[in-house]
Amino acid sequence: MSKPPSSRGGARERLQHWLPRLVLSPSFVLVLFFVYGFILWTTYISFSGSGMMPDYTWVGTRQWSRLWSSWTWGIALHNIWVFGLLYIVTCTVLGLLLAILLDQRIRAEGTLRTIYLYPMALSFIVTGTAWQWFLNPGLGLERTMHSLGWESFSFNWLIDANMAIYTVVIAAVWQATGFIMAMFLAGLRGIDGEMIKAAQIDGAPTWKIYGRIIIPQLRPVFLSAIVVLAHLAIKSFDLIVAMTGGGPGNATAVPATFMYSYAFSRNEMGIAAASAVFMLAVIAALIIPYLYSELREPRS
Amino acid sequence: MTTTLNKCLVAGAVPLAMLLSASAFAQQSATEGDVEVLNWWTSGGEAKALGALKDQLAEDGIGWQNMPVAGGAGTNAMAVLRSRITSNNPPTAAQVLGYDAQDWADRDSLSSLDDVAEAGNWGEVFPQPIQRFAKSDGHWIAAPFEIHSTNWVWANTSMMDELGLEQPETWDDFIASMKTAQDAGHTGLAYGGQPWQDATVFENVVLATGGADFYRQAMIDLDPEALDSDTMTESFDRFRELLQYKDDNSPGRDWNLATAMVINGDALYQIMGDWAKGEFLNAGLEPEQDFMCFRTPGTQEAVTFNSDLMIMFKNDDEQQQSMQNTMAEIIGSPEFQVTFSQFKGSVPARTDLSADELDACAKRGYEQAKAAADSDTLMGSMAHGYAAPASVKNAVFDIVSSFVNSDMPSDVAAEQLAMAVQGASS
Repeated sequence: MSKPPSSRGGARERLQHWLPRLVLSPSFVLVLFFVYGFILWTTYISFSGSGMMPDYTWVGTRQWSRLWSSWTWGIALHNIWVFGLLYIVTCTVLGLLLAILLDQRIRAEGTLRTIYLYPMALSFIVTGTAWQWFLNPGLGLERTMHSLGWESFSFNWLIDANMAIYTVVIAAVWQATGFIMAMFLAGLRGIDGEMIKAAQIDGAPTWKIYGRIIIPQLRPVFLSAIVVLAHLAIKSFDLIVAMTGGGPGNATAVPATFMYSYAFSRNEMGIAAASAVFMLAVIAALIIPYLYSELREPRS
Repeated sequence: MTTTLNKCLVAGAVPLAMLLSASAFAQQSATEGDVEVLNWWTSGGEAKALGALKDQLAEDGIGWQNMPVAGGAGTNAMAVLRSRITSNNPPTAAQVLGYDAQDWADRDSLSSLDDVAEAGNWGEVFPQPIQRFAKSDGHWIAAPFEIHSTNWVWANTSMMDELGLEQPETWDDFIASMKTAQDAGHTGLAYGGQPWQDATVFENVVLATGGADFYRQAMIDLDPEALDSDTMTESFDRFRELLQYKDDNSPGRDWNLATAMVINGDALYQIMGDWAKGEFLNAGLEPEQDFMCFRTPGTQEAVTFNSDLMIMFKNDDEQQQSMQNTMAEIIGSPEFQVTFSQFKGSVPARTDLSADELDACAKRGYEQAKAAADSDTLMGSMAHGYAAPASVKNAVFDIVSSFVNSDMPSDVAAEQLAMAVQGASS
């Protein structure tokens, strides 16, 4: 490109000044409107009399009190609590364990790592459908065991209202553990080897090295893992839909399926909006402190 | 800080305006001279039935723009419809169920079909319970396609012969015949464990237990005293007894897979609406020979129905208006009502037609529906949204499905049912 005439230098500077803003502004506006705008809109809807269609008459907290007196909402909250807790704890523990085992300078580590990480490449719909087939007593594991001659074998959690939520946990853990393992593995690789060597010279047993030196240093990884898992748990929807459809009955309803059902099949948009705002509030309560601590650290 | 934000806002307003104007172009979708019809009739018999309408329209020189939105038993289609209405771009017409037509009429979105209805004498030929859904504030706002009834039992004839069973006339005989089948190593009741199917079977039990008056009081009038009554407790007791004859793998099963169990000779009965007949016919079976159809024992005097409705959306274009009227006229015409039901497995919604061209099950069903309309026992199905609005219907689903999938005692279930219905209708 030839040199611009010096008289246009000012224009070019202005362009350089404005270009980044100009390029970024569409996405900025889209996010402002479609994310934050609709958060406000949904919040308003949760205080309106909306049924099948949005209706802007203000009804105060009526939809909220109907939400909290709903039978299914109680089940959904109980389920998300059970699911979230088991999912986060199991994934973290298994992920850490796998990472530690993989970190022992074993052969074929790359292959194993890929195998463990692979489920993460599948969508939740695929995971859910596959596990639904596998756990369905008439199709999968139980039937195979019966046809192999083990007649007394029984594993019918998927169709048992009290146990179905645990099958969802199993499938979700299967999917996410590899990813958490990768996070921990990266964390382990980042730990200073000198410190471990020093401990070894001092004659500390391996379990103590892990318990006292390595795992405490993984604190940021734990935090990231838990935040990632927590928001995945709260927004879990497709896995439930593919695996159990929220059933048997409402036994595996979670807030996300609750919201979908109230918004689209029950013509209760107000209640659905209230449940959505509640979910947002819970996620915000988890994520905002995390982001705050993460974004602050570099400055201190 | 605030000044940069302001600058960003100003710079951002331009692309936003472009975005909004782009959406304005997207509105001219329906070609002139065509009707655009939103529906979720995509499976074999349904698509053929809809094809009959398309052919009739073609004879009048009206083109057809199909807008099928499959899945979710119409949930997806209704979501599309809402967004079309919100963006002020309604289709010519849409297939809807139950209270949805009333909801759209309340929003003043629908064309009046009064002229067509008056010319076709609709007020006389369609039974009152259907009119309740097709009229709003005394004006016709929907054209009814058919009557589907939900209190049918579908039975495998060869299994009945093999077990020496007669068609049961009473509830006790019905239970006894399923016990015979189960003792012989078959499944007594082919059952799909999805909320709407749970509710379909349950409303049959309520009707068989309490009779038509009780059904109306509990399911249509939503009387709390009927919902939490001894009769309702007894209905739940009977429902529990019935559930013993389903197989263990029923949770989540689709209705047509349950029908296949009867077709394949794995199960004796299925309680399901008359759309199940299509599955038998598609399998090449003959009604009354290879499979039997009879009213759920104890409900012979009554018919619980659902009925598809075609609603037309208000349109300023005169050509569209006249095409809407033509379409409504066709749907209400005697020939179309019969042809449509032949494909769909239903019976005509008009009560002044001859049933000669229908199959054996539909013939009987049609006479029963007419008789029920005369004796005021043609009642909307709760499970299909013709007894109460969607919010109440789903509240009933919640309790009935929980009952099926737990060991909830019957009296608790009745109490919960009354509470849930009250909560949803408040």
